[in-house]
Amino acid sequence: MHQDTGPEGTGVRAGDAIDAGAAEAFLSHDESLRHAPGPYFGSYGGRWMPESLIAALDELQDTFEKAKADPEFTAQVAELNRNYAGRPSLLTEAQRFAEHCGGVRVFLKREDLNHTGSHKINNVLGQALIAKRMGKTRVIAETGAGQHGVASATAAALLGLECVVYMGAEDTRRQALNVARMQLLGATVIPVTNGSQTLKDAINEALRDWVANVGTTHYLLGTAAGAHPFPSMVRYFHEVIGDEAREQILEQTGKLPDAVCACVGGGSNAIGMFHGFLDDREVALYGFEAGGDGVETGRHAATITLGRPGVLHGARSYLMQDEDGQTMESHSISAGLDYPGVGPEHAYLADIGRAHYEPITDAEAMEAFKILSQAEGIIPAIETAHALAGAMKVGQRLAADLGPGEKASDRIVVVNLSGRGDKDVATAAEYFDLLPDDSAEQEIAQEGEQL
Amino acid sequence: MTTHPATAPSTGPATGSKAAAAIEKARREGRAALIGYLPAGFPDVQTTIDAGIAMAKNGVDLIEIGIPYSDPVMDGHVIQEATVEALANGFTVPRIFDVVAGITSATDAAVLVMTYWNPVMRMGVRDFAERLAAAGGAGLITPDLIPDEASEWLEASDEFGLDRVFLVAPSTSPQRMQATVDASRGFVYAVSVMGVTGARTSVGAAARAVVDAAHAAGAERVCVGLGVSSSAQVREIGAYSDGVIVGTALVAALRDGGVDAVAELTRELSTGTGKATA
Repeated sequence: MHQDTGPEGTGVRAGDAIDAGAAEAFLSHDESLRHAPGPYFGSYGGRWMPESLIAALDELQDTFEKAKADPEFTAQVAELNRNYAGRPSLLTEAQRFAEHCGGVRVFLKREDLNHTGSHKINNVLGQALIAKRMGKTRVIAETGAGQHGVASATAAALLGLECVVYMGAEDTRRQALNVARMQLLGATVIPVTNGSQTLKDAINEALRDWVANVGTTHYLLGTAAGAHPFPSMVRYFHEVIGDEAREQILEQTGKLPDAVCACVGGGSNAIGMFHGFLDDREVALYGFEAGGDGVETGRHAATITLGRPGVLHGARSYLMQDEDGQTMESHSISAGLDYPGVGPEHAYLADIGRAHYEPITDAEAMEAFKILSQAEGIIPAIETAHALAGAMKVGQRLAADLGPGEKASDRIVVVNLSGRGDKDVATAAEYFDLLPDDSAEQEIAQEGEQL
Repeated sequence: MTTHPATAPSTGPATGSKAAAAIEKARREGRAALIGYLPAGFPDVQTTIDAGIAMAKNGVDLIEIGIPYSDPVMDGHVIQEATVEALANGFTVPRIFDVVAGITSATDAAVLVMTYWNPVMRMGVRDFAERLAAAGGAGLITPDLIPDEASEWLEASDEFGLDRVFLVAPSTSPQRMQATVDASRGFVYAVSVMGVTGARTSVGAAARAVVDAAHAAGAERVCVGLGVSSSAQVREIGAYSDGVIVGTALVAALRDGGVDAVAELTRELSTGTGKATA
């Protein structure tokens, strides 16, 4: 199997030639890009789904639209964000980390400080409330690294919903402690043994469950992908990240940042962060994808960088696929980014040139993981470490392009610190060879398991 | 022998539709059509062709050949395991045209291809349609393509005279039922239960309600799939529908007993349509 690549084999975006008209329209008009309602983002999005699920998607869309317009619902979401999840999250200046970023000022949007340790809680609280409004008694979710599963189990416990979480069998092994967390919260975790036994296959299994149980069950999708209305709904619940970050950076520095960075698997934290700045054309937006062993090796999850448009899990978007249209297996040290698709709004933003997407290798991410931990006392999720490694590159580029009389500290980069690294300590300890040869932990970690 | 519901609209042969012609032929014989499904390339391409021919010679009116796909969300475990094996054995999408041509050159059965949409999109919808027509195929059944997203396929299927079989389900709203019936050609595929493929002891009352709703929306031919595995079920469903689709049971027969077992099961199933005793 192979993917289409550019002339040099790497780094050429398939979309460059595909939506040139959209890019031209974007560059020549001032229309807002914010709050796009779907179902389409340019030529992406839509509903490539079995007819059996269309009625449920219609019901979800209708409920969501009414909820958004209902002050009682928005107040409920705001109250849970404030008094349960812990919002607003902080915006922390990282002065010692900034030394590794060309000396520009770096600010971290601290989603790691949310309840359950990542941005995922924003979306699950909103969707669980939507599920209740629809009268559903059961939610199902898929999870890769486990953060969305933990968040879903948390929201379900809080609101009294039954919760079933599908997780690739390979991922249950890599993230055993998060499996235990979900079970402690009362959820049932079902290991999926089909296919690559990772996130993609967990989504397939969750969809099968949903087709059979759609009357009682809401599929609490964890990223801004899937069939309409999921991409715009999940983004809606995450827009709070970008809204807060924009307000906070203006308050702390008096100006907008030069660049905003986030990691992209399905792309939920990134789309939430980007939305705060989408209409600020002077702010460059960067999404960093999982480059795995390197995009030239074929072992990666750099969907926009090297994918081609296709349909998977209900949406048309960039997709890692072979010449037959079969989905390719993705690879990343981060279970949370190990997904061969990406949310359709990202595909559109890439095509029109509003956001830039670049791959970060496992090695680059782990180096950034170590640097942030030791420079700032913050252990990030490995997903997030991809954004940090990207921020180091962006900061260095900004510093290299300074005009006469300008200094690096005039430049500002905001990074979405999407999650904390507790779940990844075993992977990191093994990666950096920190475990004694004769320790039980070393033996366990050799298998990639969570301690 | 079964009779057909008076509620079904009159049914002149649909010009150019191979699937419609096959179902109409069965109807003239006073019975529902029997439609058999197998995945292409399981366990290999030649066996699929042989099994398809065996189905045609033993009572199947219309053959549905599935393209193995990496993410088959509507398939239960029996079919998914078969398609995983087909892919592992090296099946590639262009081989589907060899399978279709192999069956159509040896039998009169109408052959439809069942496929998730991405492989068609990847090849190019028009190219795929042109090659399918050249191979003698009747058209496509598209489990994850709804008419709302199908403009390219509507155009290509018109250009090459191919059938387009869309699905309707127990959850389908009246408005969507009308739109889907209007967009379909050949027949409308009624999903009998909310769920994925796989043999079930009962398909319940939902199937009949879906068939009736499709007929009421003007569908001339409505066939029922999902969960059908025995001649008794074929008889029961054939009493109110225009055709009955059997998949998982035939795949399991091929897996466990090869082409001979497929032939035997097909003969058995066809007694449910009244064909064997006609």
